[in-house]
Amino acid sequence: MWVYSEKVLEFFKNPKNVGEIENPDAVGEVGNIVCGDALKLTLKIDKKTNRIIDAKFKTFGCASAIASSSALTEMIKGKTIEEASKITNKDIADYLGGLPNEKMHCSVMGMEALERALANYLGKPIKKETIGEEKVICKCFGVTDKKIIRAIKENSLKTVEDVTNYTKAGGGCGKCKPEIEQLLKEFWAKEETKKGVLGEPKKLTNLQRINLIQETVEREIRPRLKADGGNIEIVDIDQKKVYVRFLGACLNCPAAGVTLKKVVESKLREFVEEDIIVKEVKE
Amino acid sequence: MKKIVYVDNNATTCVDPQVLEVMLPFLKDKYGNPSSMHTFGGRISKDIEKSREEVAELIGAESPQEIIFTSGGTESDNTAIISSLRVNPEKRHIITTKVEHPAVLTLCKYLEEEGYKITYLDVDSQGLLDLDQLRESITPETAIVSIMWANNETGVIFPIEEVAKICYERGVVFHTDAVQAVGKIPLKLKELPISFLSLSGHKLHAPKGVGALYVKRGTRFKPFIIGGHQERGRRAGTENVAGIVGLGKACQLAKDFMEEENTRVKYLRDKLEKGILEKIPNIRVNGHRDLRLPNTTNIGFEFVEGEAILMLLDDKGICASSGSACTSGALTPSHVLRAMGVPFTFIQGSIRFSLSRHNTQEDIEHILRELPPIIKRLREISPFSPQNLTSA
Repeated sequence: MWVYSEKVLEFFKNPKNVGEIENPDAVGEVGNIVCGDALKLTLKIDKKTNRIIDAKFKTFGCASAIASSSALTEMIKGKTIEEASKITNKDIADYLGGLPNEKMHCSVMGMEALERALANYLGKPIKKETIGEEKVICKCFGVTDKKIIRAIKENSLKTVEDVTNYTKAGGGCGKCKPEIEQLLKEFWAKEETKKGVLGEPKKLTNLQRINLIQETVEREIRPRLKADGGNIEIVDIDQKKVYVRFLGACLNCPAAGVTLKKVVESKLREFVEEDIIVKEVKE
Repeated sequence: MKKIVYVDNNATTCVDPQVLEVMLPFLKDKYGNPSSMHTFGGRISKDIEKSREEVAELIGAESPQEIIFTSGGTESDNTAIISSLRVNPEKRHIITTKVEHPAVLTLCKYLEEEGYKITYLDVDSQGLLDLDQLRESITPETAIVSIMWANNETGVIFPIEEVAKICYERGVVFHTDAVQAVGKIPLKLKELPISFLSLSGHKLHAPKGVGALYVKRGTRFKPFIIGGHQERGRRAGTENVAGIVGLGKACQLAKDFMEEENTRVKYLRDKLEKGILEKIPNIRVNGHRDLRLPNTTNIGFEFVEGEAILMLLDDKGICASSGSACTSGALTPSHVLRAMGVPFTFIQGSIRFSLSRHNTQEDIEHILRELPPIIKRLREISPFSPQNLTSA
């Protein structure tokens, strides 16, 4: 059973602004019955002041979808379209006192309906038309790369599971999960380089370096060697020089020299510093 | 306290007061270990054997020795399937259905990743099997066929007698997950060539954490849980004595109430179903209406979503369950209803009501009073409802 906040329950059980405005100035529709949720948002906007005078919704979906839609209408009433356009899915979730992680996509649906309604009011083409440039990643729920990247960016998402919770992508057959993983990797790699450009080169203290070397050996290197019956121990660390000793099957392995360079050194260079040097200690 | 109307008995049942009563001594004074040499513990093995007889009696087994006590349905399912694979390591094919409980389905998916070949049999729109597809799927490679007796979501009953005969004729081990069938429909295992049958205590008014696996005499078997000599070396681990004694009593009661289950409980189910169909438009019953457990009905309400229905029912003290995506945390709705090809507009709004002998006429009236306004209200919020459904 889901743990919903009091506010979610209140908005679900006694939703405000249910319905459809006749002759609306703006309409925003998202979702469909196959996906399990859908929202139709209708707005009345004062054309002189660009202020939202009235907002109504109709929603097909679970308790949090209904609550998110109703909350959205309450949040935007009285706001100018300029102010309303700044509302994010996080704002909706916060307004409701939070949503379970698996239900965050309900708040995203609210934000998208609002965006479409505002685009509709301003006479801009609805996003759908730009789908040509985007790539549909999740075929089950029709989620594009653009939507996924935006969710990653705006909510600092780190895992595929997060992406599924926020966008539904990957929640059907699951076949697109490797692609989502790739998008996450690319996004965060870019963020890292951005930081680098901004003048934050990685500079490790001795202690940080030692810890990072040990972690990398445990996580990336030792399991690989163990899989082949071998093992490794760190004998000493002197600045960027790492002295290691091979154990077990590695001892008599003719390929140990290659392993030293291709596995041990290259992993340490990847995860610690680019100029790490690994030396083997015998006996 | 508000009245609770519990119609989610396929999920779990209340422990019958008579079951609790026979269990209590084993949680207090009779705490001995049945494996002990002293009388204080050793005599408890007699209580376990009595329970074994009661379980055997309910399912019509030939001998109590065919019953192994386990921790529940999932363990029984895993034991049967893994055992069959281990005694026939050269056979790497399993046949099951698309509508099995996760206890079997997830295990099969897992084995598939390990390199086993799995055939998932289809069901038709009524939730029924095509036995020809089963016949065609059996190969010399097939290690085991595992097909449930009755479906937990729809209550649809498979023709297990025929399935068992087909497997027997082809020389293939057959397992049935009968967790939902045991105690609800009469079974006579001694007359059927079924190698393995799983049952679970908490689905028939015994507590959670106890179940049994029936292993027909002569079936080659390898244990799943390995350790001590308990259960004649077929299931290690100190016995869950209180649970086992409770399961025995529950089986005895189930036998006594079998007639009532198929008359009074069925009558209440039919009354509920008929009432809902009369009062609410645009709905459908999912699953074959006759080949069905007497206690279960699965109804799809068009244009509305299951979790929202369940939460509003919960507000009225009514406990049911749904095949909608949102209730499970998964984003895809019920695999059973999808396998049946139920339209999405109905799947998302599907609700399962599963009764037991503890339900009353008033329970049904309460549901019939509270449910229609809930559906009407949600349809008013839904953008998909046609005008004539909400304006009335």
